[in-house]
Amino acid sequence: MKQISEKFAVLSILTLAALPSSGLAQEASILVQSTTSTANSGLYDHLLPVFEKKTGIRVNVVAVGTGQAIKNAQNCDADVLLVHAKAAEEQFVKDGFGVQRFDLMYNDFVIVGPDSDPAKVSGMKDVKAALKQIADAQALFASRGDDSGTHKKEQSLWKTAQIEPTGTWYRSTGSGMGATLNTGIGMGAYVMTDRATWISFGNKGDYAIDVEGDDAMFNQYGVILVNPQNCPNVKTEEGQLFIDWLTSLEGQDEIRKYEIGGQQLFFPNASK
Amino acid sequence: MNDMTDSLWTALTHIVTFNPDLVEIVLLSLRVSLSATLLSCLIGLIIGATIAVSRFSGRSLVIIVMNSLMGLPPVVVGLFVYLNLSRSGPFGWLGFLYTPTAMIIAQTILITPIVAALSRQILEDIYEEYREQFESLSLTKSMRTGAILWDGRYSLITVALAGFGRSNAEVGAVIIVGGNIEHLTRVMTTAIALETSKGNLQMAMALGLVLLCISLSINILVSSLRLTATRLGYA
Amino acid sequence: MLNITPSHTQTAKPKRATQDAQASPFLSCRGLCFSANSNVLIKDISLNFSAHGMSAIMGFNGAGKSLLLRLLHGVIQPDSGTVLWDNTPVTHDNRKRQSMVFQKPVLLRRSVLDNLLFVLKSRGSNDPNIAFSLLEKVGLENVSSRAARLLSGGEQQRLALARGLATKPEILFLDEATSSLDPTSIAIIENILHEECLKGTKVIFASHDIGQIKRLASEVIFINHGRISEQTGAASFFTKPETRIAQTYLDGGLPVI
Repeated sequence: MKQISEKFAVLSILTLAALPSSGLAQEASILVQSTTSTANSGLYDHLLPVFEKKTGIRVNVVAVGTGQAIKNAQNCDADVLLVHAKAAEEQFVKDGFGVQRFDLMYNDFVIVGPDSDPAKVSGMKDVKAALKQIADAQALFASRGDDSGTHKKEQSLWKTAQIEPTGTWYRSTGSGMGATLNTGIGMGAYVMTDRATWISFGNKGDYAIDVEGDDAMFNQYGVILVNPQNCPNVKTEEGQLFIDWLTSLEGQDEIRKYEIGGQQLFFPNASK
Repeated sequence: MNDMTDSLWTALTHIVTFNPDLVEIVLLSLRVSLSATLLSCLIGLIIGATIAVSRFSGRSLVIIVMNSLMGLPPVVVGLFVYLNLSRSGPFGWLGFLYTPTAMIIAQTILITPIVAALSRQILEDIYEEYREQFESLSLTKSMRTGAILWDGRYSLITVALAGFGRSNAEVGAVIIVGGNIEHLTRVMTTAIALETSKGNLQMAMALGLVLLCISLSINILVSSLRLTATRLGYA
Repeated sequence: MLNITPSHTQTAKPKRATQDAQASPFLSCRGLCFSANSNVLIKDISLNFSAHGMSAIMGFNGAGKSLLLRLLHGVIQPDSGTVLWDNTPVTHDNRKRQSMVFQKPVLLRRSVLDNLLFVLKSRGSNDPNIAFSLLEKVGLENVSSRAARLLSGGEQQRLALARGLATKPEILFLDEATSSLDPTSIAIIENILHEECLKGTKVIFASHDIGQIKRLASEVIFINHGRISEQTGAASFFTKPETRIAQTYLDGGLPVI
């Protein structure tokens, strides 16, 4: 018995030793709830080292769908929210969860499809017409279906095209952008994606951009400081510093400079 | 097939060159899963041993519940832990969300039922064998518990391995409570999920192979330990 | 083999209450009944045991010998009836002053020495010298570090006996402890039992080995189908048993239903 309790004591000590020290003693850091599209594109890998070097503030990014990111921020599990669903963001601020929303940058959505192009939408600019053709042809279409910014945008586009997307051709994956692309490409479906994710996506198969360039496909990103009045734990100072830097000339310039294969992924448009 | 060989090649180059990012991810994975395994062994073995030597009404119900909990979906555990550790949840003040601690907690909850249920079975078999002798010796319950835990130690290692395997392989819980934050909470499985979602299937596969190698080496190590124990007559 | 280190023998057992064999027996049972799955296995057994000597329990296979020993030792509770030892029931507490060696020894998954130390520790002793002297007594001092479960059958049974003696019992029960052992192991065990008996330990054992019973026992209790057939002094039992069934047993016949 004694032998055993000793063993257990050793085990407990080991376990305690294995428990992380982070969270207690660490350098200043902030938590950003953001979207998979920005994270997967590699933008943060480009931006954050510059900011961290300048300020010494570590930026931890949690990449989830816009809907979940907003929900997490409402639960006070973030200092900064960086997403792309303007209406939901404005509601977030209006409800008192955020301090103020800033335009940060934009890119655009595109519809990608297989080489065979069953709905013959390749080269189209009018997204409403393209969606109508896809629906008429009952060509497979893979939707995020996860309440993300991209999903919300897609739903509003179907609405303006006055189509109720239902039927076996409309496949809701309920997952992130990358997973939806993998699934869509796997089954030969059209997929609406933001351009940044598409450019950086590594498993394109025989897919190419079919529909692009419609003003309705504009994709605006915004950044919001989580309201410290609602969430006392928010690191207001560091979070504001990050937002200020992103919207500053320097931050905007860094966003502009981020390219993959010679293509610019995000276009800065902060009003400052 | 070509993808597979490419993945293998990528995996090998990363391992051989000790890619620092990969090393960081592997070490964090091991730290999280091993801590969770140790913690769940502490809790689970005590529960398993206690039930093994106890006879009370509702015992079989407890065992059924425990066995069912072995199949807890990681995502559900992740959500449960998230709701508790969220700043707006009851334990938000601890500031554990999106830290390795949160991941350890989630995995501990996930695998404790496995350790408890499997060890209960093993220890009960040993106890049934020893029971009459213990009765004859008039041993106290704590002595009996201690004796079967010690005598079952080599079999219980397999239980710990099962727990470790499950925690090391799951992604659903850690991605929710850890957030897959680079350099902070990114582990093997969340990195694989991320690479997959980026469409970098080759890299994802390579990471998967690394994960497999880790679990293989740990299992070889433990199996040889067990073999030695069996040969020496202690298992 | 028979040298006994002083540390073990000279530590005197607590002197048991003096008892008058007539007025209040050392160990007794009254009206013991036990059944399992609606089979009555022990039927209304009442017995008195004196404080000294060895009592052999005999009977055909399935007569209830093992069960009776367990009931007397208190590791199984009877459906009805009582067991009294020095006028008190056998409990978790006073059973510590008894030992039982089972037919199939259950040894811990540890070394020979650790098997003994485990029992000694349970009695609050931590002295390895006691363990070693016990091993010497049963002739296992050279295999003390081996895994107990890898010992031969005879060695395992000797270790089980050493374990039984480690608690310095006032009553030692043995359930066919020497069946299937070689003559050397049997001789070692019988010598030790003889010695323990001389030191005042009450020995109650079940056995089929008639030679052994003749060598050891002072009285014989013959049971058949869960009932007492007779309780007779050993000498007279072997010259002329009181019951026909015992005679049949001794003649090597079949039990009569």
